Amino acid sequence: MQLYLPIADLPVNVFLVLAMGAAVGFVSGMFGIGGGFLMTPLLIFIGITPAVAVASVASHIAASSFSGALAYWRRRAIDPALASVLLCGGVAGTALGVWTFTQLRALGQLDLMIALSYVVLLSTVGSLMFSEGVRALMRTRRGAAPPRRTHNWIHGLPLKMRFKRSKIYLSVIPVVIVGIVIGFIGAIMGIGGGFILVPVMIYLLRVPTSTVIGTSMVLTLVTMLFATMLHAITNHLVDAVLALILMVGGVTGAQFGARAGQKIRGEQLRLLLGLLILSVGVRFAVELVIRPEDLFTIRELGVNG
Amino acid sequence: MTRALLAALLVLLLGDAARAERLIVSVSNHRVTVTPNYSGEELVLFGSVEKDATTPADRTAYDLVVTVMGPRADMVTRRKERTFGIWINTDYRQFLQVPSYLALFGNRPFESVTSPEIARRQQIGLNNVLLTQRVSGDFADVVPDDAFRSAFIRLRTQRGLYREDASAVTFLTPTLFRTGIPLPAEVPIGTYEVEIKLFSNGAFLGKTETAFEIVKVGFEQFVATGARQHGFIYGLAVAVMALMTGWMASIVFRKD
Repeated sequence: MQLYLPIADLPVNVFLVLAMGAAVGFVSGMFGIGGGFLMTPLLIFIGITPAVAVASVASHIAASSFSGALAYWRRRAIDPALASVLLCGGVAGTALGVWTFTQLRALGQLDLMIALSYVVLLSTVGSLMFSEGVRALMRTRRGAAPPRRTHNWIHGLPLKMRFKRSKIYLSVIPVVIVGIVIGFIGAIMGIGGGFILVPVMIYLLRVPTSTVIGTSMVLTLVTMLFATMLHAITNHLVDAVLALILMVGGVTGAQFGARAGQKIRGEQLRLLLGLLILSVGVRFAVELVIRPEDLFTIRELGVNG
Repeated sequence: MTRALLAALLVLLLGDAARAERLIVSVSNHRVTVTPNYSGEELVLFGSVEKDATTPADRTAYDLVVTVMGPRADMVTRRKERTFGIWINTDYRQFLQVPSYLALFGNRPFESVTSPEIARRQQIGLNNVLLTQRVSGDFADVVPDDAFRSAFIRLRTQRGLYREDASAVTFLTPTLFRTGIPLPAEVPIGTYEVEIKLFSNGAFLGKTETAFEIVKVGFEQFVATGARQHGFIYGLAVAVMALMTGWMASIVFRKD
């Protein structure tokens, strides 16, 4: 069934977009990530301009992370205190990121910057998670006890705060810094940043896996709502019809994904996510290295009349 | 003095000859509306060549070239090059106010319609259409085989937005003609100009113009104007829609 998108100015197959939304929603619900790094390339692939894709995906991520967050909230898998401290940093980071984005755009090599940061970030995070997942899996297979949770230098910082739900006693400084970094990266790359936030919270902040996903979803939700508003006000490129189709598919997928995620063991989940992130990173790297089919590209700078 | 007068007379005579035929044309639909199930359309252009008393009796065969031009826009063509092992955009050209849709239709190959000289002046064929580029501060069109220009035309043609068809115009009688104007689904919204140029024995006789528009109506228009004119409210509405959708889903799928 074809439907004409009013802002993207082209007809799309409703079921195709719905299926794409559901597939990405499933992944996002399962791993507690926004899924923007998957959805945006998919939309560009079916012919939607990158600007409209990025702007509309933000609202789709907001919807699926909200439905996911509600599900985790009912299971008491969200740490409200931790989430609000993260948000303080996240909002500041996003504002800083949007400013940098404008500066980079003026310099003219924004596309390359985005592609390179995708490659570096995705392949680093992906391979780290993957190797850690493999090691953890080997350990459990051998029946060895997991290494004891040791305290690192982060836990020696001042301004400590007790995060009851997560059962950790942690300084707010690293939490705010993590929030700033995620907000900054997210604004520049047009992604929610959940896939970086989750491992950082697990490995650096030692937040237990039970509250990691739900809490990171809250951060994704707020930053993406912020991004939707920003895109709508500055660029007028949010396609409400496209967003709605993606949302309906996305929230449905996210519900099933969240349930599937609860059934899979933590280390396997990390292994899978690592593999997924790594493969997207490799795909971007291949695109940069291999000779493109067409050396030329056209970009429209706005139609007059 | 006499020479000038003669020249003026000659111009007058030639001008009269050009007005010997009149072109009467009409498009099947002057207002194409974009509705939710819009997925491209094909318009039909009808017309006839009206002769009058001054038309030379031996002039029987006519040639037509129809040019359809969509709303104009600035576009950038970029070229990738290998630098430090990766392919990055290194060079680019800016095309200024070029048609977003461009179609050239004829009843026989453009080369046989008229001389290269007239074809260039009348912009017959994709190679002769004026596509202004900004070349280091200068505004000019370049040679037809310029790499950026040909890549630009090739990419637009691949998307069905630029086309050239030398057999699209059919003469139903020696003076009555028709041609189809295919509009792909992703054609830009706006006003389209149609120019019909008449030739005979290689000579340019005259032209006429018509136009049609592609507009969004109803819901499509509501959304598009809402997004452009009330960005804040529109963004707020989308944000609320996202929250509602998420909330509804968590209720629907609740398993208690």
